[in-house]
Amino acid sequence: MSAPVARTTRLDAAASVERPLIVANVSRRRFLQGVSALGGLVLAVGYRSAGGAQEAKKYGADGMPNGWVDNPLAFVSVAVDGTVTIVCHRSEMGQGVRTGMPMIVADELEADWKRVRIAQAPGDEKKFGNQDTDGSRSTRHFFEPMRRCGAAARTMLEAAAAERWKVPVSEVEAKNHEVVHRPTRRRLGFGSLAKAAAGRPVPARETLRLKDPKQFRYIGKGQLKLVDGRDIVSGKAQYGIDTRLDGMLYAVVARPPVYGGKVASFEATEALKVPGVQKVVQIEDSPPPAHFNPLGGVAVIARNTWAAMQGRQALKITWDDGPNAGYDSVAFKTTLEESAHKPGKVVRNDGDFAAAAAGAARRLEAEYYIPHLAHATMEAPAATVRITNGKCEVWGCFQSPQAARDLVAKRLGMSADDVIVHVTLLGGGFGRKSKPDYAIEAAVLSKAVDGKPVKVTWTRDDDLHNGYYHTVSVEHLEAGVDARGKPVAWLHRSVAPTIISTFNPAAKNEAPFELGMGVINVPFAIPNVRIENPEATAHTRIGWFRSVSNIPHAFAVQSFVAELAAAAGRDPKDFLLEVIGPARQVSPEMLSDTWNHGESPERYPVDTGRLRRVAEVAAREAGWGKTLPKGRALGIAAHYSFVSYIAAVVEVAVDDKGMLTIPRVDMAVDCGACVNPDRVRAQMEGACVMGVGIATLGEISFKGGRVEQDNFNSYQVTRMAEAPRDIRVHIIPGDYRKPMGGVGEPGVPPIPPALCNAIFAATGKRIRRLPIRDQLKA
Amino acid sequence: MIPLEINGKRQNIDLPGETPLLWTLRDELGLTGTKFGCGMALCGACTVHLDGQAVRSCVTPISTAANKKVVTIEAIGNAPVGKTLQAAWVDLGVPQCGYCQAGQIMSAAALLAHNAKPTDAQIDEAMSGNICRCGTYTRIRAAIKQAVAKRGGTQ
Repeated sequence: MSAPVARTTRLDAAASVERPLIVANVSRRRFLQGVSALGGLVLAVGYRSAGGAQEAKKYGADGMPNGWVDNPLAFVSVAVDGTVTIVCHRSEMGQGVRTGMPMIVADELEADWKRVRIAQAPGDEKKFGNQDTDGSRSTRHFFEPMRRCGAAARTMLEAAAAERWKVPVSEVEAKNHEVVHRPTRRRLGFGSLAKAAAGRPVPARETLRLKDPKQFRYIGKGQLKLVDGRDIVSGKAQYGIDTRLDGMLYAVVARPPVYGGKVASFEATEALKVPGVQKVVQIEDSPPPAHFNPLGGVAVIARNTWAAMQGRQALKITWDDGPNAGYDSVAFKTTLEESAHKPGKVVRNDGDFAAAAAGAARRLEAEYYIPHLAHATMEAPAATVRITNGKCEVWGCFQSPQAARDLVAKRLGMSADDVIVHVTLLGGGFGRKSKPDYAIEAAVLSKAVDGKPVKVTWTRDDDLHNGYYHTVSVEHLEAGVDARGKPVAWLHRSVAPTIISTFNPAAKNEAPFELGMGVINVPFAIPNVRIENPEATAHTRIGWFRSVSNIPHAFAVQSFVAELAAAAGRDPKDFLLEVIGPARQVSPEMLSDTWNHGESPERYPVDTGRLRRVAEVAAREAGWGKTLPKGRALGIAAHYSFVSYIAAVVEVAVDDKGMLTIPRVDMAVDCGACVNPDRVRAQMEGACVMGVGIATLGEISFKGGRVEQDNFNSYQVTRMAEAPRDIRVHIIPGDYRKPMGGVGEPGVPPIPPALCNAIFAATGKRIRRLPIRDQLKA
Repeated sequence: MIPLEINGKRQNIDLPGETPLLWTLRDELGLTGTKFGCGMALCGACTVHLDGQAVRSCVTPISTAANKKVVTIEAIGNAPVGKTLQAAWVDLGVPQCGYCQAGQIMSAAALLAHNAKPTDAQIDEAMSGNICRCGTYTRIRAAIKQAVAKRGGTQ
């Protein structure tokens, strides 16, 4: 079936007047004056301006820049041939959002999935609501708006049919791409109603009739294949790096190897001799704070990517490294450790840690180290820009297309209205592609060649050398335990450069959103809890990495609980459940967590019953307690993040040479109700493999201010043979009337501690420094 | 001029002989299904077949590929083994972001063309050069096994 564009009747074809209903409840608050172009970022980092503080606090999608939109005119169109086009406004990076989000609309619309086409929205948050695909938020923030969107479009089609038949609308209902008149069994296809429906008013939100979840035909069923699956396996899928335009030129950029460095001088004569090289352009350096600015450097523009790469190699550049030239990961670890041994800013204080610890039967302490990590998306950043007649078009793999649009406009001195951002598929995101520095590079270079289309491709070494890295941290824990070994006093000092430093170099403490990722909001049944956050200075660009600060926090907390269990001679699973305590709802405020993943503390309390349950389910399904041969053992960890509850039981086998294999992992996930259970499973499987990679191999280190890893030989990631052989995901059934949780990120944090706990159980060796690499070797 | 036969089509390429096949396919011929991941034969995203063997096109100069048969992801579905693998990939929902999957399928197709019923260890070995950062390995292995079963373990 083909639907020529000219014959497609948009529902809003006749609607030139903006209907007031449509954009109601869209948040336009600016949380940090002066950097409003940041959009999504600002709220995400939890900064609020003095002006904003007077407003009532908004949560969930309401609290995101440009909020949500549930207007069917923005998201749904029906062609006269019956083809339904649904717009996906969030970016696809492997989480399945281009299948899941339209599925929600199609279900309420009663559309036949076989006749649904998906269109990707350009960056336009005024029209579509927040598009910052980050924070494991898409489904939990847009499930309800997308349901209403589908229900409203369905209502318009039903009203058009009732009018055509001159019958009461109560006698008609949409069913599988048709509207049926129940008394006479007459039917009209969606296509034949398209034009009439387009002329109908959008029904008021409060009048919409949503389905009873029992009537869902797609949501929660897991029967639909990925919308992009066929294109992916046949090489047709279009990623950011795949953009091709007439007359397009190809560019690579030599960027300062040290954060804050700049070009002192350069010589391009040899580069310009490389066949195919057309031009060498200096990109202005941008001194810290990094923000989402390009780092500057020297670009080579050529006939093809290879020529550009050869040209770049022939450049002679002298760098002025600036103040971070001394950044050295070995020395910095010592710096962090020294800070972790001294008191720091108190960020949670229940009871009296010092007194309780002094009176405890026994005291234990441990310290954990997690290095910088790079996202290393398989598709490194790539963007293409063309500027013609005062309009700029951008194509690329963006998690935050509105930020790309605003920042390209700002750099070019144009209005954002004159910038169109086309979002391709993302060959991985993991937070890297929330930062559109590469779009700005392409814009600068297009401008330098009179607006001709220029594609900027990052090579793997660019990606590893000039990333926005996961922070590096030392986590210091102390506990006082009673005679039975149960903790009565808990101290956690977390020391790590903050993501805020990328926007404000003076920032040296973890932000509320980092503390709220598993260091302060630990809901344990321990009466005396003290959490401190000593200062740390960033010497590189720190950025979001899938599950962010939960990685070091969960590693430390869940490892330490297992260490306490071992000290008490207790079963680690039973001990963990005892430390979590009885099932109860804990207010985030009680845990000094003002952030709560941006969600309402009333709708999203910390539910220890759910945390217990995932731990119990993962343990049961894994056969906790079963007898295993020598060198094989299970380890458990449970962690709450992105308002979801996940536990993992990892089974390891360690041979007498210290070779580690992972025969099986069981993960239990409670993310509330699911839209696409197969993608929830897939996300857990992927998070598990990424977690294993973080635990065993991943490390970005600096020497002389420069990243020491260049490619996948030195920055290693998990390959098939080292990946868990069998990953079993157990989804706790949810209720569609209750708030949903995140899925993309929360699977990662429990994996490294569960793995290390299993290694301890198998070998007696406690891993406190990641990555494990050869620590198990004799 | 370098004569190449790509997906059954002969063409002469006016590029320096050391130009990697990858960039020739992607930038000059518009065959963007073959992906760039590392440029050093470390990740497998750029895997194509050269006279039936899986090679990393990012380190294969076009001079080496001259007068040999190049098959890319765009044409692998024309071969029964490729088509069966693609179907298994879709059926089991293997891809997440999908970026590496062209290379994965090309490696798997070369494996099954030479070994109709590989063991787990043989699958691991053949696929160990292909990185998937989304972590779809368990499904990749399952899809290869499903394709083997569908083909009845014969060539």
